[in-house]
Amino acid sequence: MLQSLLPLLIDGLANAALIFFVAVGLTLVFSVLRILNVAHGSFYSIGAYGAATLGLWLVSAGANPWLSYPALLLSAVFVAALFGPAIERTLIRWTYGKGEAVQILVTFGLFLILEDLQRMVFGVQSLYQDTPMTLLGITQIGNVVYLNYQILLIVLAVLVLVGLRLLIKHTRMGRLLAAVVADREVSEAMGIDTDRMYMIAFSIGVFLAALGGALATPTTGVAPGLGAETMVLAFAVAAIGGLGQIEGAAIASVIVATAKVLAVYFVPALDSVAPYLVMLLVLMVRPQGLFGVAETRRV
Amino acid sequence: MSRLLVLFAAAAVLALLILPAAMPSSQFIMTIAIAKGFAALGVALLLRGGLISIGHAMYFAIGAYATAFMMKFGVLADLALLLIGSTLVTAVCGLVFGTFLVRFRAIFFAMLNLAVSMVLFALLSKLYGLTGGTDGMRVATPAVFGLELDKAAFDDILYYVCVGLLVAIGLLIRAYLKSPLGYALMSIHTNEIRLEYLGVSAWSVTLIAYTISAALAGLGGAMAALTIGHVLPEYAYWTESGHLVLTAVLGGIGGVAGPFIGSVFLEAVHVLAVDVAADAWNMILGAALLAVIFFLPHGLHGLLEKRAEPRKSQGVVE
Repeated sequence: MLQSLLPLLIDGLANAALIFFVAVGLTLVFSVLRILNVAHGSFYSIGAYGAATLGLWLVSAGANPWLSYPALLLSAVFVAALFGPAIERTLIRWTYGKGEAVQILVTFGLFLILEDLQRMVFGVQSLYQDTPMTLLGITQIGNVVYLNYQILLIVLAVLVLVGLRLLIKHTRMGRLLAAVVADREVSEAMGIDTDRMYMIAFSIGVFLAALGGALATPTTGVAPGLGAETMVLAFAVAAIGGLGQIEGAAIASVIVATAKVLAVYFVPALDSVAPYLVMLLVLMVRPQGLFGVAETRRV
Repeated sequence: MSRLLVLFAAAAVLALLILPAAMPSSQFIMTIAIAKGFAALGVALLLRGGLISIGHAMYFAIGAYATAFMMKFGVLADLALLLIGSTLVTAVCGLVFGTFLVRFRAIFFAMLNLAVSMVLFALLSKLYGLTGGTDGMRVATPAVFGLELDKAAFDDILYYVCVGLLVAIGLLIRAYLKSPLGYALMSIHTNEIRLEYLGVSAWSVTLIAYTISAALAGLGGAMAALTIGHVLPEYAYWTESGHLVLTAVLGGIGGVAGPFIGSVFLEAVHVLAVDVAADAWNMILGAALLAVIFFLPHGLHGLLEKRAEPRKSQGVVE
């Protein structure tokens, strides 16, 4: 039994790690900006396209294959620097204080624009660049074979989780962010540049989504429609964990990935239904998510 | 309604009736536009109550698949019965899901609708034996009051039936919005708790609106299934739901005609854009959506209304 469960466990956790990068970005942006960014999945796929393109170019240029790792990171940084501040400063900033309907619509408009932008820049064929995965090879324990790259993903996800925690609890910027989350007006009165905080939080969110996409390319590749697919999955995970809850997103990614892996194992027909079923069940009992804080109704 | 608006409406209906004779190629597009217009009208109803659903395409899909199944098994396989049957099936689904969905507001309402619609999408694409999986299902041409017709003749009749339903149901929904129940729905948006203080159950008001909006989307789905002759799981995908909200907002949610104006406008622009910029269609849509939200908070319908009666109507951006 254990023999057959171990690869499932690693598969599940590696899956969870990839979902976590996107979901935690979404949840972070929501907790600071109070905006559900429907275009978040697009940053994931743009990060993925960037990483794949850069990786393929490195390979064709005959560069050292180990350079494909910094390429993954570089792609995410580039996407965050290119889109984060620019989009927050213009579109997103306009929606602060407006209704949810407007915020969802504006980011949906952004999603549509980014979808076509990807088609124009990267074409419609799927890209696949697995150098980082093959370089790390496989490990065999008994009869169990797993990819070392999957372990790397899990370690990175834990690092990001711990890093975010440290950033928010123990750095000046993190404390400022927390203050803005708690009360924007008072923070502003105390002299915090809240506009800047919003921009930073949004850019970190974009970076995390793009990083998730970049890290996913070696295992799954990238094709049109990936952004839309990732978006709903990230929604589901963020909602299960409670919107705005970083640890919640981590636990929810593990729950969703486990549900998915179990579904693949026992009822393969239901594998893509699993995350949404979990989301429905959780939200029906606790609409604010597992770790969310209930908000009182506005009068 | 001012005289000018009545005139506008009459002219629009007349144009719809003459259009296929003048431009035969437009008939299919207009049927689709009206079908999607019904679904967008459903979304617009909820938006009037301040509720945004990013899962409403599921009711469009339920209506379409209901029609496909009824044709497949030869139950009620006649145009009128198919439309009525599919609408009823969707209304019942809306009522059942609505009982728990309408307890939620704002983002939670949006996300729960999304979750239900994604479950449906996944089931439709995975249950290959039942639904044909990602290939979808073919919908044969049904009889019309017992008359067996070829596809072209059927499409002609379907088009005029759609226009007729557009007028009839449009007037009904207008009456609903002008009724106390319709005003109660709008007050869900402005101040729900005061509504309850008046002794009105917010839950029933939203549930009735939700069921009606599901039925409208289902009727649209049935129309689309019949004219396209094929149904696909993608009908239920979340981006389709987003498109429905987009259509409603583009047209304007201030009046019944708004979503249809939005839908016809979008289909028309789509046809034009296919020749010029096929790859940029979504980009055009997204930019149009942003432009409408920024500059025309009452949608295209709001433009008409401003001319006709300067009173302020409801928009999304408030």
